[in-house]
Amino acid sequence: MINKEVNSIEDAIKGVDNKMTFMLGGFGLCGIPENAIKALSESGINGLTCISNNAGVDDFGLGLLLHKKQIKKMISSYVGENAEFERQMLSGELEVDLIPQGSLAERCRAGGAGIPAFFTPAGYGTEVAEGKEVREFNGQPHILESALEADFAFVKAWKGDTAGNLIYKGTARNFNPMMAMAGKITVAEVEHLFPAGELDPASIHTPGIFVQRIFQGKDYEKRIEQRTVRTKE
Amino acid sequence: MALDKIGIAKRIAQELKDGYYVNLGIGIPTLVANYIPEGINVEFQSENGVLGMGPFPFEGEEDADLINAGKQTITTLEGAVFFDSATSFSMIRGKHVQLTVLGAMEVSEQGDIANWKIPGKMVKGMGGAMDLVASADNIIVAMMHTNKRGESKLLKKCSLPLTGVACVKKIVTNLAVLEVVAKGFKLLERAPGVTLEDIQNATEGKLIIEGDIPEMVL
Repeated sequence: MINKEVNSIEDAIKGVDNKMTFMLGGFGLCGIPENAIKALSESGINGLTCISNNAGVDDFGLGLLLHKKQIKKMISSYVGENAEFERQMLSGELEVDLIPQGSLAERCRAGGAGIPAFFTPAGYGTEVAEGKEVREFNGQPHILESALEADFAFVKAWKGDTAGNLIYKGTARNFNPMMAMAGKITVAEVEHLFPAGELDPASIHTPGIFVQRIFQGKDYEKRIEQRTVRTKE
Repeated sequence: MALDKIGIAKRIAQELKDGYYVNLGIGIPTLVANYIPEGINVEFQSENGVLGMGPFPFEGEEDADLINAGKQTITTLEGAVFFDSATSFSMIRGKHVQLTVLGAMEVSEQGDIANWKIPGKMVKGMGGAMDLVASADNIIVAMMHTNKRGESKLLKKCSLPLTGVACVKKIVTNLAVLEVVAKGFKLLERAPGVTLEDIQNATEGKLIIEGDIPEMVL
């Protein structure tokens, strides 16, 4: 068994540097690598390109890095929940590449799967297609999208083992599995870390081969963006 | 009388068929889940990675790891399944989802849709909308017939940046049910008490009226 466990957050993010490209899992604030984001924020590195479906909220998630102006460019599909983000984007301080959510997921998957580019119908005829090759398949126009890779991918899972195998909970899975595949160094933080052999091999979502470092995170806030409930009749 | 949002949702719910997998967008579309016709089984897909979405949780039972694409807390029903975003959009692009209902700022008589950006004002991103409209065979737009300034949202040509081209098949508004056909918006039904003139006045794009146009039955 190859042991991927690191014992401190410092070891987990060792090697991160200015101007690197990072992938960060999560959908909204669901399934984000809270510990890694906090450590990156405290590290003070900047000039970063961050690939993440969303950009956090003003004081949490990637909002922490935005607030300290550590991010130079965001590659996302939806960024609507963050006033500081909007301010930096409209003032030109922050470069933003908005791409369709399915294309974002597939571009990450492709990056990890050794597929340099693929054709998709999403975005044809829109500004997303500008400058991209268009080709017809089965009579339908498609646009060429390229794979995404990152120097580091930071992902969050529910359970993991020291071999790097990961199991996600509920909809906290989202972008984490594809980003785990596409990171040159993938750092996984988990709520519960087990010795290798304790998780059922048939129940693993992300095989440990995609994960280089794993640690048990702490103090998870797991904020809810839109707490929506019904009342008992 | 023009419909309210709930009326629009109720009318769209009549389009659900037994065995459908359905993706509901944020806003009015989300309400459709409350009015599933009797005797019909459908499953709701949310593109953040769940099939078999149930109602909102009771207070105190919210789970931060269980949300829909609008980031609202949800529950799951029997037979539900979670999956990653790439698998989710495989379901969508691969046409495994039979019906997509989404909101729009503008729809053109060619079936183009704009719903993600107002240049210089609002840039939130397209989320999954571009993938959804590019692939779904059956797209229903749920929206008000006019915007807050009273201007028509059913246009000859969209003025806002597009989300997708020639993709909208049906539109349900507070005034009417319309089908997008080769020559324009074909009027299928009127909201109760709404006249043809009301609809004509609120429609900038080409409105096709053939024969008697029945009132919606809600």
